[in-house]
Amino acid sequence: MNRPSITWKLYIAAFYLFLFAPLLVVAIFAFNASLFPSPPWRGFTLEWFTGSGTVVGKPGVLADPIWLESIGNSFKVAIPVALLAVLLGTVNAWVLERAEFRGKTFVAMMMLWPLVIPGVVLGISILAFFSRVTNGLEDWLQTDLDFLRPGLPLVVLGQLSFILTIATLIIAARLRKFDRSLEEAAFDLGASRARVLRTVTLPFLSPALIGAGLVALLMSFENFNTTLMLVGSEAPLPIAMYGQMREGASPAINAVSLLLMLGVGGIASVFALTSKAER
Amino acid sequence: MIAKQASRLTLFLLLAPAILWLGLLIVLPHVEILVLSFSERVAPRVYAFGFGNYLEFFTEPLYWRTFARTAFMSILVTALTLVLAFPIALYIARVAQGRLKAMLLLLCLLPFWVSELVRTLGWMILLRETGVISYALRSIGLAGQPVELLYNDGAVILGLVYGGLLFMIVPLANALESLEPAVVEAGYDLGGSRWTVLRRIVIPHAMPGIVAGCIIVFMLTVGNFATPVLLGGKNGLWFTEQIYAQFITRFNWPQGAAFGMLLLLLSSAIVWLGLRLTGQSLGTTLKQA
Repeated sequence: MNRPSITWKLYIAAFYLFLFAPLLVVAIFAFNASLFPSPPWRGFTLEWFTGSGTVVGKPGVLADPIWLESIGNSFKVAIPVALLAVLLGTVNAWVLERAEFRGKTFVAMMMLWPLVIPGVVLGISILAFFSRVTNGLEDWLQTDLDFLRPGLPLVVLGQLSFILTIATLIIAARLRKFDRSLEEAAFDLGASRARVLRTVTLPFLSPALIGAGLVALLMSFENFNTTLMLVGSEAPLPIAMYGQMREGASPAINAVSLLLMLGVGGIASVFALTSKAER
Repeated sequence: MIAKQASRLTLFLLLAPAILWLGLLIVLPHVEILVLSFSERVAPRVYAFGFGNYLEFFTEPLYWRTFARTAFMSILVTALTLVLAFPIALYIARVAQGRLKAMLLLLCLLPFWVSELVRTLGWMILLRETGVISYALRSIGLAGQPVELLYNDGAVILGLVYGGLLFMIVPLANALESLEPAVVEAGYDLGGSRWTVLRRIVIPHAMPGIVAGCIIVFMLTVGNFATPVLLGGKNGLWFTEQIYAQFITRFNWPQGAAFGMLLLLLSSAIVWLGLRLTGQSLGTTLKQA
């Protein structure tokens, strides 16, 4: 089995071509001076990034409020999701690795559960539940609680419901490797609990905290299924892309995609570097 | 006594986020759609308990056919993904060495860090009537007029298999990694052919990875929305689309909730069956991935 046959090698080559073909065409047609992202090639242009629409007929990404607003909305969701996922994920990791109590196996199982629920079901269940809660609270308090209606805050909650599992798993895996005698040594030297946490435990966890934050950021940016069910009038990037793709978009969508690929590639390489430092 | 109370308080504080998260975002919302799925509208704004939403599912052919189609195509996609991914995983785990190995795995990961929508856009540009493949076929003279490769089952399957590959390759490669070369060697020494060694030694060893990969790919496929809708168009007919239509377009939440429960049931049943047939547990399976 150690000498691969030529068919096998050809298959591997064809496979990688297959893997990258869609991404390559997306990137290439971001520079085509045509109204639609399709052949023939009508010449190289940067209009789909920076143009105001005077040359090619439609505005580029950086001049089009649809794209700018949706990118902004994605950040408005992704940053709270990432911060909450790291904060709550650390506490959850503590429960999994340090606490001893009855029913711990059950809690650990429950924490994995969100991963096996389809995203669409997660979305509709949160939508229906929060709608009932909001109706009840509004009747009771006699005020409007619009932030609990479909919109960005609800999207944050919906995405957090399963991203928190991932963050918890990443941080718990790191905490498991921690040598507790380091903490004991710090206690023996007279450090307070808060000080040990700040100077010993958290620095050890920091690669996992950064990693979990970046993964949460990426997953939030890319989530479509759950977000689709909970979104109000402000669409995050994947929802805006979906809308444009159904209508037949201009190559500005390719330009957005290319920017997204570069951004994601950047974050992924930071993540790869931090997880390498972990080893 | 005080120390014990203090540690209890600590435990409670530590558990509070998990309880709030699982309670408010997972358990209660699912109770809500379960209750909702059993409510029927008897008069405007008046609902009563009943099985009507589920009956509607079984009596309206569009609904159960879409459901059956989604289940069947997802199984097909999972099987295809497994077959396509296995040689790649075997190559990465057993043949490639050092930097080549790291690079091949990294190259597999890269496309999947990019949004599903971007990947689907790529396939649309390749496959549609005015797209790259149609254009290439015409310019080399293989086709006289534009060829529409989009909006059919083939395109949907292609897109879904593409989306599932990584989630198959990684667990497979992980499982194959731990196979001792000596065991494979012994298989050959005992007169086994390539095929026998693959069937009797390599595949049984990779079983945990195969199960993990298949379960993840199936779950992702069955719950997918954008790929079948965008690549299949009107012919996409995916069950998640029905849920969306009931909830968002037609505002019939009880019906949508019943569909959601059915999708959850299908997804869980297949996961359970997969684990049961191969004697694996969910914890170890998720760890493989």
